[in-house]
Amino acid sequence: MIRTFYFILEKEFKQMMRSKGLIRMLIMMPIIQLILLPMAANYSIKNISLAVVDNDHSEYSRTLVHKITSSGYFKLTAYTKNTKEAFKEIEKDNADLILEIPHNFEKNLVRENGQKVSVQINAIEGVKAGLSGGYLANIINDFNSEIRTRWIQPQGPDEAAIVSIAPINWYNRYMNYYLFIVPGILVTLITGIGMLQTAFNMVKEKEIGTIEQINVTPVKKQAFILGKLVPYFVLSALVFIIGQVVSFLFYNIHSTGSYFTVFVSMCAFLFALQGFGLLLSTYAENQQQAMSLGFFFMNILNMMSGLYTSIDSMPMWAKVMTGSFPLSHFIRVMRMVMLKGSSITEVGDHLLIMVGLGLVFNTWAVLNYHKRS
Amino acid sequence: METVISTDKLTKRFGDFIAAHELSFEVGKGEIFGFLGANGAGKTTAMRMLCGLLMPSSGKASVAGFDVYTETEKIKRNIGYMSQKFSLYEDLTVAENIRFYAGIYGLSFSDIKRKTDELLSKLGMQGEAKKLVSALPLGWKQKLAFSVSLVHEPRIVFLDEPTGGVDPVTRRQFWDLIYYAANSGVTVFVTTHYMDEAEYCDRVSIMVDGVIAALDSPGNLKKQMNAPDMEDVFYQLARKAKRSE
Repeated sequence: MIRTFYFILEKEFKQMMRSKGLIRMLIMMPIIQLILLPMAANYSIKNISLAVVDNDHSEYSRTLVHKITSSGYFKLTAYTKNTKEAFKEIEKDNADLILEIPHNFEKNLVRENGQKVSVQINAIEGVKAGLSGGYLANIINDFNSEIRTRWIQPQGPDEAAIVSIAPINWYNRYMNYYLFIVPGILVTLITGIGMLQTAFNMVKEKEIGTIEQINVTPVKKQAFILGKLVPYFVLSALVFIIGQVVSFLFYNIHSTGSYFTVFVSMCAFLFALQGFGLLLSTYAENQQQAMSLGFFFMNILNMMSGLYTSIDSMPMWAKVMTGSFPLSHFIRVMRMVMLKGSSITEVGDHLLIMVGLGLVFNTWAVLNYHKRS
Repeated sequence: METVISTDKLTKRFGDFIAAHELSFEVGKGEIFGFLGANGAGKTTAMRMLCGLLMPSSGKASVAGFDVYTETEKIKRNIGYMSQKFSLYEDLTVAENIRFYAGIYGLSFSDIKRKTDELLSKLGMQGEAKKLVSALPLGWKQKLAFSVSLVHEPRIVFLDEPTGGVDPVTRRQFWDLIYYAANSGVTVFVTTHYMDEAEYCDRVSIMVDGVIAALDSPGNLKKQMNAPDMEDVFYQLARKAKRSE
């Protein structure tokens, strides 16, 4: 049994090392994905195009516009006389947002102690719209309190007590987006290799017919399947380590918690993930089918595993679903260990679930693999 | 003569379709047993049942003295198999393929080395040992695949259309290898579409629509059907087929 397994492993490693472009992939994938993706997939929204309709042309209206444009988030792309013109800018995609300052803005502000401005937002990109609306509201609020303090000052500071919040951001003090996204991308990186390559490798034998030759030998199906798991486990682990090095070199991200915990969690994750890949391969007849199935699941996993969006704000059914994704557990563990420095016992629940999922997927795959049809 | 394969009313159904219907025959040790039939006649189905790749629907069969229902793993230790699809790894070298298959059948390292040298010199492929199989011409690949299927010295070897697409000279060489194996006591169970190859067999069975329509030596079959050659024998039987491909 052990001898047989040795020969299977030898063959699998030889084939893996011989597959074209593998070394290139091994080195290029972590580097490209880790450098490009975090820069592109960024939440902080900048360069919001703003069209201003200034009906007042007063000192106050200009101060407001100046305050907005100097915030760094907005760039003024149009300064028009009426709403219609400004709206055209939105239709041409030259503006994301219209700020309309009404007639007598300054007069009403000073005399009646109140004035309304209108903000119209292009909401096609929901997140961008929400955030830019929020930014703008913040700036206008600021403007508000500034002019109020300016007016109130002579009477003393007591009259308009302003409560301000000074938040302290734990674990990611400067709300560094990279710190949040890079460990997650590292996880999706090895998902591709661990799940898809394992599945493709198995299905390839079906497609070229060599699996039939294996099935007429006394080789145990467990040994054959294990032989398929090990090489891509090693490969995924290598890519993971290269990825860690890259994120240290480029983003200065290093784990607050122990790398041992990170590595143990990775093993549990790959066990579950490769099991899932194998399971897919037992249902697919050829590489094309495996590819379609694989990408179907990859999409769901990437979108729902909490990489980009928060699982806590998902509906209940989705939360339950993500519980069965090895990916969502590992992303959580990575963030807990790398950012917070959680210990292995603190992430223990997630580890157990991943191992459990691995047992289910692998057993299912072995049962679903038949040497005789 | 010692019997190594025997079947009794062996049947395979796929739903309503009867791919192989009540096949009963015996094959003796060292015999070259030809299995003929048009495409879709059920040859491969029958062979796959005997190799333990397909579960029979009913009937009895034993291969190398082991039951096809319960003792498939024991059967697998005693048979070699060469499928219609080419079954060596194209991304491994000739020597690596031999090593892999010999290894998983449990040959020792020294036996593997001895077998590799022996096999390569028999095929005259010593110079190709380190070449990737994908770089070999088809005829060489087929000869290599046949030799690899014998690497663990099985008692029976099943060949499913081993010479499909191979040139006549190489086919002749291939049959020399088959004779060589049969002379050393290996039973050869072979399917083919080439009627000249049918002449080389000790006995042939001709399948039509999932049943065995004739089974005898090529000489006797020609006599019975008053046919000049096997081509004519085959034609007389196969044209009665109702099943289309």
